[in-house]
Amino acid sequence: MSSVRRRRGSEAQSKEIQAEENNKEEEEEEKEHGEDDNDKNKKKKKMKDEKSKEKQEKKRKWSCIDSCCWFVGCICTVWWLMLFLYKLMPASLPQYVTEAITGPLPDPPGVKLKKEGLTAKHPVVFVPGIVTGGLELWEGHQCAEGLFRKRLWGGTFGEVYKRPSCWAEHMSLDNETGLDPPGIRVRPVSGLVAADYFAPGYFVWAVLIANLAHIGYEEKSMYMAAYDWRISFQNTEVRDRALSRIKSNIELMVATNGGNKAVILPHSMGVLYFLHFMKWVEAPAPMGGGGGSDWCSKYIKAVVNIGGPFLGVPKAIAGLFSAEARDIAVARALAPGFLDNDLFRLQTLQHVMRMTRTWDSTMSMIPRGGETIWGGLDWSPEEGYTPSERKQNSNNTQLTGQETNKTNVNYGRMISFGRDVAEAPSTEIEMTDFRGAIKGHSVANTSCRDVWTEYHDMGVEGVRAVAEHKVYTASSIIDLLQFVAPKMMARGSAHFSYGIADNLDDPKYQHYKYWSNPLETKLPNAPDMEIFSMYGVGLPTERAYIYKLSPYAECYIPFEIDTTAEGPDEDSCLKGGVYTVDGDETVPVLSTGFMCAKGWRGKTRFNPFGIKTYIREYEHSPPANFLEGRGTQSGAHVDIMGNFALIEDVIRVAAGAKGEDLRGDQVYSDIFKWSEKIKLRL
Amino acid sequence: MSFLRRRKPTSTPSSPNSDHNNDDSDIDNDKEKKTIREEKRKNTNTRWSCLDNCWWFVGGVCTVWWFLLFLYNAMPRSIPQYVTEVIAGPMPDPPGIKLAKEGLKANHPVVFVPGIVTCGLELWEGESCADGLFRKRLWGGTFGELYKRPLCWVKHMSLDNETGLDPPGMRIRPVSGLVAADYFAPGFFVWAVLIANLARIGYEEKNMYMASYDWRLSFQNTEVRDQTLRRMKSNIELMVATNGGKKVVVIPHSMGTLYFLHFMKWVEAPAPMGGGGGSDWCAKHIKAVMNIGGPFLGVPKTLAGLFSMEAKDIAIVKAFAPHVLESDVFHFQTLQHLMRMTRTWDSTMSMIPKGGETIWGGLDWSPEGHYECNTKQHKNNHKPSVKNMNYGRLISFGKEVATLHSSKLERLDFKGTLKDKKHVNASICDVWTEYHEMGIENVEAIAKYKAYTADSILDLLYFVAPKMMKRGDAHFSHGIADDLDDPKYNHYKYWSNPLATTLPNATDMEIYSMYGVGIPTERAYVYKVNSDSKCNIPFKIDTLADGGKDDSCLQGGVYSTDGDETVPVLSSGFMFAKGWRGKTRFNPSGIRTYIREYDHSPPANLLEGRGTQSGAHVDILGNFALIEDIIRVAAGATCEDLGGERVYSDIFKWSEKINLKL
Repeated sequence: MSSVRRRRGSEAQSKEIQAEENNKEEEEEEKEHGEDDNDKNKKKKKMKDEKSKEKQEKKRKWSCIDSCCWFVGCICTVWWLMLFLYKLMPASLPQYVTEAITGPLPDPPGVKLKKEGLTAKHPVVFVPGIVTGGLELWEGHQCAEGLFRKRLWGGTFGEVYKRPSCWAEHMSLDNETGLDPPGIRVRPVSGLVAADYFAPGYFVWAVLIANLAHIGYEEKSMYMAAYDWRISFQNTEVRDRALSRIKSNIELMVATNGGNKAVILPHSMGVLYFLHFMKWVEAPAPMGGGGGSDWCSKYIKAVVNIGGPFLGVPKAIAGLFSAEARDIAVARALAPGFLDNDLFRLQTLQHVMRMTRTWDSTMSMIPRGGETIWGGLDWSPEEGYTPSERKQNSNNTQLTGQETNKTNVNYGRMISFGRDVAEAPSTEIEMTDFRGAIKGHSVANTSCRDVWTEYHDMGVEGVRAVAEHKVYTASSIIDLLQFVAPKMMARGSAHFSYGIADNLDDPKYQHYKYWSNPLETKLPNAPDMEIFSMYGVGLPTERAYIYKLSPYAECYIPFEIDTTAEGPDEDSCLKGGVYTVDGDETVPVLSTGFMCAKGWRGKTRFNPFGIKTYIREYEHSPPANFLEGRGTQSGAHVDIMGNFALIEDVIRVAAGAKGEDLRGDQVYSDIFKWSEKIKLRL
Repeated sequence: MSFLRRRKPTSTPSSPNSDHNNDDSDIDNDKEKKTIREEKRKNTNTRWSCLDNCWWFVGGVCTVWWFLLFLYNAMPRSIPQYVTEVIAGPMPDPPGIKLAKEGLKANHPVVFVPGIVTCGLELWEGESCADGLFRKRLWGGTFGELYKRPLCWVKHMSLDNETGLDPPGMRIRPVSGLVAADYFAPGFFVWAVLIANLARIGYEEKNMYMASYDWRLSFQNTEVRDQTLRRMKSNIELMVATNGGKKVVVIPHSMGTLYFLHFMKWVEAPAPMGGGGGSDWCAKHIKAVMNIGGPFLGVPKTLAGLFSMEAKDIAIVKAFAPHVLESDVFHFQTLQHLMRMTRTWDSTMSMIPKGGETIWGGLDWSPEGHYECNTKQHKNNHKPSVKNMNYGRLISFGKEVATLHSSKLERLDFKGTLKDKKHVNASICDVWTEYHEMGIENVEAIAKYKAYTADSILDLLYFVAPKMMKRGDAHFSHGIADDLDDPKYNHYKYWSNPLATTLPNATDMEIYSMYGVGIPTERAYVYKVNSDSKCNIPFKIDTLADGGKDDSCLQGGVYSTDGDETVPVLSSGFMFAKGWRGKTRFNPSGIRTYIREYDHSPPANLLEGRGTQSGAHVDILGNFALIEDIIRVAAGATCEDLGGERVYSDIFKWSEKINLKL
């Protein structure tokens, strides 16, 4: 034994010094054996040396990759374990926890109303809005290989990250025709899956569908009228026969549900789409659907509009003008980092702008009715609105005196260049007309050509002329857009119109471009039909903008919102260059409510047959805690689809209730007061 | 290492090298200390070696996996194809691309009618055990729930045993749209390849329609419950109207062919029972019906399925996940649970062989006569087989019985036997199948009848499963009509039986039967009594019955014949080869019928997946030749343009032997 030890010792002797530090832990033991012979100590020491040497070697091996692997393995294992536990957990546990924290949850409306004995009666048609419907690829270029029938829009948006420029190329439409570019076919997803969830976990219609299913609805009595929301309304019929499909499916559902008329639920832009549909279906055959003048009264019980931008959305202007509105795509709301980062290697906004400008449908939401509706240079229907007004009302003290001190916000000036311009009285503003300005072609820089936006054709003079006009109202904004984006507006004006009709019987109003404008069409002859406008209130909503010239290089969009323009105090309507007003975060109350509050109320020239209209407002209250997700009392534009009160109203209507059964109007905002101020011949 | 060596002396009490006591004690002392330290070190070492190493390993595997995944995702899409081409030679263009180059364009709208089991079903209302599954697929997709909560799954997939409709409180509905049956499970295509190829020449959702229906229900009940037939009618009308009046091409597959037969009668029948489309609806709206693997006269497999749950293919599931049904997901009694479930599905009864002995053969003859099962391989040294197969005996008890001449068979009638309720054991057999009400006497009586033909098999099923057959009888018929003008044939139960209905009055319409041949297909069975225990199904296929070399058609208790692995040629081809050919009483307006057979050849190598020349029942939907035919017809061709008929099997010869009044 000892011989072995000795031999080893001789080898190790030279490395004694290295090993010294490792011996510290063993020193105590050595002291105990102080009486022992030296050579024995030495032997021991040598032993330790060997050991420590090995230890060191081991440690060195175990260094980088190993600990990395160890770490990853650790995390993976723990993750799997948790996942396993999560899967094992009974499904009711999260609910139980939530209830323990927040108190018992209310029954979902579907369950509650089922207990009341409601059952499925009228077939239901969903008309999704812009951006919420999924789009899938049917034919593409080389770069989109393997994506056949995969979602380009909706779902995980994985392809945006993987091949962004390919994605933008396929999502764009032809700039001349507004239809498919050659070799590319992107088509709407059909069926309820088209818009039940926009992205995994982000519901759109799913909550409503689930609640309707509780009282007995299923696919034979529910229909998702999915359409390609990028193209103009009439083009969905030309290309995809989408309107014919809706007509045929409504007829089928009414026939198979014992003749019970359909309840239509359009959301957001779907509201305008369905206005278009109602005119189309009764129009004679080559341009329309040839359903006869009583089609709507035969097949539709009620149109329950949810957050409908009847008179347009100011956001659409900012979107078209500088791709800056916070909500031209809901995508931005859920992935704020997504559009702002440099996914496309610089010029993200330009790429997005180029893409969205080929989408005709965005132009359906440019504010309609001009100064009559949205206000002129010195007045607006909402003037005097303060965001905190309603909160103050509840504990109403002597605040009325304060109101007079408030500066009036000139909401009518939808775009002003500079904050002082926005607040100055109109007499002091020197406006120069931009329409005559010559576009300077010389400045167009060819290096920018890979990202084409029409701004490059404008040149510096054009840009300056636009800025010098200083203030734009809802009327002059159309001229502005025609100036900065003539090609887009040429397509748009073939499909949409933004004016007010003087004489609705003029035969020119039979053209389809007027069908989606409530101010230029009559409602159908269906006195039994009911029109609801349901929307959220209590959220600041973009209404007017302060712009400035963009100081950057030529390749940038030459205008941007002046985010430094802030109001005088916290309660102010002006924040970050944006004037806000009451609404559902996207659509101002004026747009959603005016037609139902005044334009169509009773028998007017827009509603010659006296269809009953109802306004149902839902006051926004944010989710009480994190566990509630997007909340059951939300009033936000899309989240309102999960609002229990709204769902309950919808289910009641679907089960047969009329507007009176819901106790008529439910109004929190000043929509009636504001509507009074609008001088529209009825 | 050193401490291992140190350990050795401790095991040998006195080492020869030690001379001093002092030394000894010292060593002992030393030993003690060492062992303590050793233990310490060992502890740390064992911790490393066990848990840490484990984590290290997992981490390593994960990292490598992610790395590979990343590489895979980063790889350009053309590499796998490139590799395949290097190995297997240049691939042919998919038919869609090839025909797009020829200049074919989308012309006639296309309707797909999926078959049994291939269409997804989703939950709309369920009991509390199915919480969180709202609008999730119970059938199709990954079948995850089958593993997670098998009993709950079976409960929801079953129908009411009396009505054949939803049990109270449960609503399972078919998925709608093309997604319903494009893929059955991830990676297992059904219609997806065909859809992709049609899209190449310009098809999209406005001119393709998936007529998905709840394949568990009887055909008429799909209309009663879901108005499926009316949806199909409305959608076909819509597509014809929006595509410039071009008639549709209908492509039913498997059981969908029977469903579409039913539809064609329904749509022209007057309103309360039918669709009220008028007697020229089919002529106005349908260009061609291209049946793929249609079991027009039924499938013998269904018998084995209904009788003992043993057919290899009552569910295609079994084909690609063999362990699913055979493993003990339900804790024992898997087969019984499945039998209980499938017996509530009325649609299975639509595929019981039709036409009785006239079509399928009697005790001593069958149309296939002496089909040789491996003709394909022996074609060169071909010897006519002497042996006659008794295919007519669809079920025989014992191998001898199967081959014996009928005069030597002693058969005892089972129909008189009383059912004995004494043997019902409620405590053990919690799985309800009607067998438990039968008792042992009856089981023996059935076995003593020995051989069953297509006629007597119906009586057998009535005897063993009276409730099921009562439901089935209200919705399906399996006989041959003597007088087709008899008003009783206006009832919907005859609509899906080609031998009891006439084809519609549509002279311009074409009917195709496209199916694979060259795969042995189940045709008759050798059974034995299963004496294991009371709770088991009392009969099972005698897997020991093997024909050996001279009788290769009998293998594992199953006689096979030519077909597409599921449907024998006789069933998919006879109506086209003879029953409907020319003007017959079943085809009074003389609709032209065509047979297109596709000879099966298995995929050349693993990279081809399920093959582009397959003839198997479902895989044929990826057969390039078939897809090309369909695209040509959809683009406007008639069968003459395709080159007329294409026959590899002996279907015409066999059809000759069937004496059916035409």
